[in-house]
Amino acid sequence: MDIPYTTTPREDTGLYNAKIGIWLFLASEVMLFGALFSSYILLRVGADWWPAPRSILNIPIGTFNTAVLIISSVTVVLAWASLKMNRLDRFKIFQGITILCALIFVGVKSYEYSEKWMHYEIWTKDGQNYSCHIEVNGKKNPMFYTHNKLAEQNITEITVTKDPHKYGDPLPDKGSAEASSAADHAHETVVVQTADIKRLSAFVPAHSTYFAIYFTLTGLHALHVIGGVVVMFYLWVTAGAWFKSRPEQFTNRIEVSGLFWHFVDLVWIFLFPILYLM
Amino acid sequence: MSHDHSPATAHAHDDHDVSKHIKGYLMIGGFLLIGTALTVWAATMHFGSDALNIGIGLLIATAKASLVALYFMHLISEKTAIYMFMSVTVFFFTGLVVLTLWASHDLPLNSEHLRLPKPEAAAAAH
Repeated sequence: MDIPYTTTPREDTGLYNAKIGIWLFLASEVMLFGALFSSYILLRVGADWWPAPRSILNIPIGTFNTAVLIISSVTVVLAWASLKMNRLDRFKIFQGITILCALIFVGVKSYEYSEKWMHYEIWTKDGQNYSCHIEVNGKKNPMFYTHNKLAEQNITEITVTKDPHKYGDPLPDKGSAEASSAADHAHETVVVQTADIKRLSAFVPAHSTYFAIYFTLTGLHALHVIGGVVVMFYLWVTAGAWFKSRPEQFTNRIEVSGLFWHFVDLVWIFLFPILYLM
Repeated sequence: MSHDHSPATAHAHDDHDVSKHIKGYLMIGGFLLIGTALTVWAATMHFGSDALNIGIGLLIATAKASLVALYFMHLISEKTAIYMFMSVTVFFFTGLVVLTLWASHDLPLNSEHLRLPKPEAAAAAH
């Protein structure tokens, strides 16, 4: 079945239909992310305590991923420009780089997520509270354990490797007495009886308000990246035959998918500072 | 249903227009990377208050986002219809954020007083 399409701009708007469609879709996306950004503001302003993200998230990795998305935004516009100049060979290269960047972004984000899911915070019944990595029944760094899961599996003790610096507290300045003290106590390992644990949670959405909004925002953004890469890969694979038979339509498809991709980049430009740096 | 199978030569008139923009796209990409480095650097500085730090961070992010929207998404030279759609979106987005910030002043800064009293404390009060 042939899907109806036209590449002719409408007389009233001067735009072809797909372009109007993508901009209306992006308008709805602005409101979707706007609602979540508003939720972030409300949660943060209303919180009694908000963690210092620098002590939780990896800034160099976040910066690297931001650079990767920016580079992909440049290559996607160059891919479109190549088609406009009738250079299918260059399009294939630039679109290929864009897809590669998108896959790198998703790969790095997956690594970041897995790091969080094997990182824990423990609240003991005697009032202590620390962030750590755990070992359960000889298995190092298991994911998604909770105090309830420990009880269900009749695990009586776990080995805990404490972080040199507690989750959420501002990082001490380099060379300060506090930094030296943290270095002295770096990776202290102790055995903890599960009966003494009041709560144990990995850094998952259920851990705290911060992680709930962090995973919601970055997860939704990652879904957009994955959706974008699927579409761009399809266009990349079918480019040869499509561009030869219907060049205007194909170029318009690349422009439309490129607009979506720039929006994904634009959202990340705000997500990176508010979640990683502020 | 309309099928417009324009030949590839239809692109010829666009060649010059597009090719002269390529250097600009690369420059914008460079500015965005510099802006990212600037954002990370600004986050390590203490500008006097948390609010100022957040404001500066968001200002740099807004400048970067504007470059993406104006040049990569070609909003700098779009048709009126798109400006109309996006004006409505910007209006409602701004309203959403501003109303949220406004409402946040009604939130208690410390919610301790909202917690239910412990049973023994409640019994003693009676």
